[in-house]
Amino acid sequence: MSPATDRSRHRVGPLASTAREAPMLDVDALLDDPETRIIVCCGSGGVGKTTTSAALALRAAERGRHVVVLTIDPARRLAQSMGIEQLDNTPRPVPDLTWPKGTRKRPTKAPRMDAMMLDMKRTFDEVVESQANPEKAQQILENPFYVALSSSFAGTQEYMAMEKLGQIYRDAERDGTYDLIVVDTPPSRSALDFLDAPERLSSFLDGRFIKLLLAPARGPARMMTMGLQLFTSALTKILGAQVLQDLQTFVAAVDTLFGGFRQRAQQTYQLLQTGGTAFLVIAAPEPDALREAAYFVERLDEDQMPLAGLVVNRATATSPEDLDAEEALAAAARLERKKSRTVTPGLLRLHADRMRLAEREARLRERFTAAHPEVPTVVVAALPTDVHDLDGLRQVGRLLAGS
Amino acid sequence: MASRAQGSTSRTPDSRRAESPAGSGDDGDWGGVRLHVVTGKGGTGKSTVAAALALALASHGRRVLLCEVEGRQGIARMFDVDPLPYAERRIATGLAGPDGRAGAVHALHIDAESALMDYLAMYYKLGRAGRALDRFGVVEFATTIAPGVRDVLLTGKVYEAVNRNSRNRGAVRYDAVVLDAPPTGRIVQFLDVNAEVAVLARMGPIKHQSDAVMELLRSPQTAVHLVTLLEEMPVQETADAIEELQAADLTVGAVVVNQVRPDELDDESLAAARSGGLDSDRIAADLTAAGLEHGETLVTDLLHEAHDHAERRAVEDEQRLRVAGLGRPTYELPRLATGIDLGGLYELAARLREEGMA
Repeated sequence: MSPATDRSRHRVGPLASTAREAPMLDVDALLDDPETRIIVCCGSGGVGKTTTSAALALRAAERGRHVVVLTIDPARRLAQSMGIEQLDNTPRPVPDLTWPKGTRKRPTKAPRMDAMMLDMKRTFDEVVESQANPEKAQQILENPFYVALSSSFAGTQEYMAMEKLGQIYRDAERDGTYDLIVVDTPPSRSALDFLDAPERLSSFLDGRFIKLLLAPARGPARMMTMGLQLFTSALTKILGAQVLQDLQTFVAAVDTLFGGFRQRAQQTYQLLQTGGTAFLVIAAPEPDALREAAYFVERLDEDQMPLAGLVVNRATATSPEDLDAEEALAAAARLERKKSRTVTPGLLRLHADRMRLAEREARLRERFTAAHPEVPTVVVAALPTDVHDLDGLRQVGRLLAGS
Repeated sequence: MASRAQGSTSRTPDSRRAESPAGSGDDGDWGGVRLHVVTGKGGTGKSTVAAALALALASHGRRVLLCEVEGRQGIARMFDVDPLPYAERRIATGLAGPDGRAGAVHALHIDAESALMDYLAMYYKLGRAGRALDRFGVVEFATTIAPGVRDVLLTGKVYEAVNRNSRNRGAVRYDAVVLDAPPTGRIVQFLDVNAEVAVLARMGPIKHQSDAVMELLRSPQTAVHLVTLLEEMPVQETADAIEELQAADLTVGAVVVNQVRPDELDDESLAAARSGGLDSDRIAADLTAAGLEHGETLVTDLLHEAHDHAERRAVEDEQRLRVAGLGRPTYELPRLATGIDLGGLYELAARLREEGMA
């Protein structure tokens, strides 16, 4: 194991480091480590999570891992860049993978990578079908509450991402299909929703409300206290009797499934805490994205989830011996006073703009590092154009690996 | 950069120019709109644009309410005030109009739990029963698990702020409400509460509430503005969202292009920068003339940066054409190199005003 991943996994006490520079995240060491079985990419929306996941998976595959990448809601363009027109719940092979030049022991087989997209409703339906007899399953699948819950409830995507991850992992362990799973996480309201999904589901299932709704079906008469009567009448008043009845039917129907649901959610949660999992927090050099990243880092620590490091995407690239912004602007102004019609003042002003951006980004990263000095970090420069093909993804992969 | 912004911002039908409550003439392209819903792909700066729009609308003594529903406390951070409670607060003076008169921006952080209790108190005299609901975990259930109810409550509160009338004594009435809405990926689901709830509640008070909300959202009083960057994925997502919004009968407003790069090079120079045709000797001579002694590496760096910039500008131009093809009024905001602070928000507000959005 490399020093970088080593440190992140067996951190003991606060590091008494005064260095402003975060330790370097060694992405290749992480991808090459056979102990790494699951990589979870998390972060707020619009920071390039899905592209990063795909690029990591591709790089791992072309370094000899058998990889599947589970994306949540990829842009059509990204699916196409992997040579797949339409991604769905079934893993599909990414064509045209090659061993990079200079691979030491080049195997005879071609590298292998599958890609898939989470189909939330399909995944949920499958869980129901696997847990209940056909008749009961049908009853559940048709209930309006189930339909709404499985297709549009804000937490369902997170929960189903966990469920799918658990499934793929169990299948991979059994059949030896993959030795690395790269997971993208849903574009949540908050990056933390992903971790909270199983807990929320459990608390829903254990909640007093559900127990109350089940009470009439189970029927001990002494349950019908004054409080419950008030409760039912208030509910009826707000929801209407028909809604309440649908809800009761739904809850009664899925009651028997709950144990299975909860157990699986719990298993996947525990799987994420094992050493085989590595969380990568993805951010952009923006205050909101880095704030979310900081929350996530703290939360992972609290939940004893193994954090591998931070990826800061979309960074402004500068060369080492740069002219600072003020100097560049002053020089541009001097040239303009001479009224020479050249492109140079424009170039200097562009340079100044770039330096200001870079300075601001560096300050934001420094703040993050000051609060979380132990988190290995890699900064990925923004590409001038979007990723269109495997070569584009390979380039992102190289940047992630710091080469 | 103003020269590069699309000058065609007054394409709104005259019917939109219904009289505004303040009755002033220069109320921008969206004078008849009471509720501005601002959405965009994550990372495009929709909250920034919502805040700038609120400031821009708040002139001539007008009062504008800026709402957030995602629990981020983004408004408090942008305006540098304490975290907002579930109560309306005056947070800033608007951008003064040409006559020098400003208005005020108020803010409201809407959370579903408070909105539910508010809703219950307003529409029902539940008393003990209401507390029973809370005790039995219904509040938690309704606001986190029950499908669609959360969105009904959040949009319901916005609806109340827009439709506020004199019956609600003591409450501030607003000339416009700006909603910092969920991102484009969830916006139709969020706004189309009727479709969500109709499945569950075919009658009863929740159904009535969602019908009333939908009527407002589908009326010309509402416009859904989309924020994008001039990059492929956000523009694609904007195009997809426009289609989905229209399919759901929601009124698409403007496209606000955010974080536009500086415009320091003319087309000819951009082309030269891309093809490597800039005159490096001339640049070196200029640098020396300007008193910079950084030698050849600086020239190489500048040429490299120019190439990179020109590539991005080419992508921007391509995407700008796609945005124009969406057929919506379009406004452009510059990328501020130093980041967004309160001063930056006023700067962006002034730009929106100049371009006619407010």
